[in-house]
Order: sequence, then C-alpha cells, then structure tokens
Amino acid sequence: MTTGGGAPETGRPLHIEKPHLTTTVASTATQLPAEWRDFFALTKPRVMSLVVFTALCGLLAAPGAIHPVLGFTAILAIAMGAGGAAALNQWWEADLDAKMKRTAKRPLPSGRLRRSDARDFGMLMSGASVFIMLVAIHWLAAVVLAFSIFYYAVIYTMWLKPRTPQNIVIGGGAGAFPPLIGWIAVTGEITAMPVLLFAIIFIWTPPHFWALALFVKTDYAKAGIPMMPVVAGEKSTRHQILGYSVLLLAVAMLPWIIGGTGLIYGISALLLSVLFVVLSIPVGLRTSQPDDRMMQEKRLFGYSVIYLFALFTALVADRMVLA
Amino acid sequence: MTPEEEKEFIRRRKNRNVVIGLILAGFVILFYAITIVRMGD
Repeated sequence: MTTGGGAPETGRPLHIEKPHLTTTVASTATQLPAEWRDFFALTKPRVMSLVVFTALCGLLAAPGAIHPVLGFTAILAIAMGAGGAAALNQWWEADLDAKMKRTAKRPLPSGRLRRSDARDFGMLMSGASVFIMLVAIHWLAAVVLAFSIFYYAVIYTMWLKPRTPQNIVIGGGAGAFPPLIGWIAVTGEITAMPVLLFAIIFIWTPPHFWALALFVKTDYAKAGIPMMPVVAGEKSTRHQILGYSVLLLAVAMLPWIIGGTGLIYGISALLLSVLFVVLSIPVGLRTSQPDDRMMQEKRLFGYSVIYLFALFTALVADRMVLA
Repeated sequence: MTPEEEKEFIRRRKNRNVVIGLILAGFVILFYAITIVRMGD
C-alpha cells in the first residue's frame, strides 16, 4: 500500500482489449494516504457477508466435524479470497464504475485510492487466502478457492462480463463456490451434495441479478455493459427470470430428492422456492410502462436475498437435527 | 502540504498502521492456535 498522489494509473499488465472503457476515473486523487476503510470497501463487505454465510452453511452442513479453530480459519480464508477477488474486480472496472451512479462513489472511481494499490491489495489478499487454506486446511479446498478467485477476477470480470449478455449466468458460478469450499474444508472431497449447493446459487443468480438489472438498466446501458435487458430486451429477460425461477425450484429440491437432506430442508426448499416462482410470475409476464416504479421487480430482488439466507439456514438446521 | 493536511496525513498513516498491526497480531495468534490444533491431530 502506498500513499495516493497524481493521476490514477491507466497501464495494466494484462493485454486484454477493453473497447468499452474510454474514460478515466476521477483525476482528483488526493495526496493523502488512503483510509483503511477504503481498502475495506474494496472487499465489497455486503457481498462478503453472503459469501461468509453460504460458506459457513456449507461447512456446517457437511458430514463430519472440523475443529472450531480450523473452521474459523477456513471461513476466514474464503472471505479473504472473496475480498481479494472483489478488489481485483474493482481495480479492473474502475473506469466502468465511474460511469454508474450505483458504483461511482467506490474508492477507485472517486479517487480516494490509487489503482495500483487496489491491484496489489487484491493480489495480496488472494494469495494469502490460498496460502492459508493450503497450509491450515486442505489442498483441494485451496485449489478450488484459487480457481474461484481466478474465475471471478479473470474469466468473469476481465473476459466475459464485457462481452456477453450471459455474463450474469457465468458470473453466478463465482458466487456459488463458497459453500462448495466450506464443504470440502470439512470432508476433503467433492461429492454430489456440495455440487448441488453450487448449482443452487448458480441458478439463483440470474433471476436475482436480472431483477435488479431491470430497474437499474439505464446505468448498465450507460456503462456499455451487455446486460441481458440491454441486449436481449426486457421481454426476453423477464421470460428468462421466470424460466430460471422454475429451474431453481427443481434444483433446490434435488438435495432432498437424492437423500442428502431430511424433511426440514425438503419442506423449506419447497415452500421457499414455490414463493420464488410465484413472485417471478408477474415479473416474467408483465411489461413495464413509462415511469414504472418496478415494484414487482424490487420485491423479487429483495425476496431473492431472503430466499438464499432462508434456504441455507434450513440446510444447516436440517443437518443439526439429523446429527 | 499545509499544516492541516500534514495533520490529516499523520492521522491516516497512524490509523492504517494500527489496523495493519492488529491484523498481523491476529494472524500470529491464529497461526499459533492452528499449530496447537494440528499438533493434537
């Protein structure tokens, strides 16, 4: 970490075309050192809370036991990996973030932090997380954690997000890794159950994010990101939200169907997922009007967050009862 | 750099140093605990 000063850097070590990035971030970078809070903000603490929660659920739902110190270390490593990947994401997308109201106040576009500092911080966090997982927990967990960071920072952020409207579908994979890694930290192997937990978050992400994209689509269009509502149109996006919601119902039931969970999870998954579909129906079938308040979309987005927390809580509760 | 800016500079640097120190101390304790647990395996 170095002190701020001068214009933000624009050179990057990776030679990947970024035709959509034509502007620079705020050139008002202060001469003062960045606050530690700015580095903390780089880790996307809100997203990290969901990462920590799902990783913890994967760890607690896995068959077997792990010493609390090692369990804490595994969760810490997963959180650090997610934070490092988020910092690398913001380093790469600083120009793009500057164009969107939702992200313009982040440390890099607002000029509170130097780009190279964000890159170094992200690399340090990512490397340290994999190292800790490797020496303290399990090599397979470390390998999957390393791949998840690479997947989010390179495959998603640098490669696919600016190129395909399927970016959210692919990006969902990055957010789906934490419960898988948490599970592996306990068992040391990849079986059907943690893969299903991965699949649940993978399928959950498109309707969750596209519901958001429907009511902030102006921002994404302005930033040149090929978000589904911008490229395929609102109607197609709405149909896909409904389609993924129905698919989510099926996938969320699979852990119970294959006998990996008990009735607590089975009933919870059924009720929660049916409600998800019910809330998706008006979103999927309606057409927005000029000056539309998008209440159905906002309600679905809000519920989707509750859904994931409730589903994974049910998974852990089920495991606790079975144990 | 004005006196006010210098004061702010020192405050931020001190805050960052304190946070880094706490994090490093936390890692020392954590690795000590991991070592103890692993030795018991």
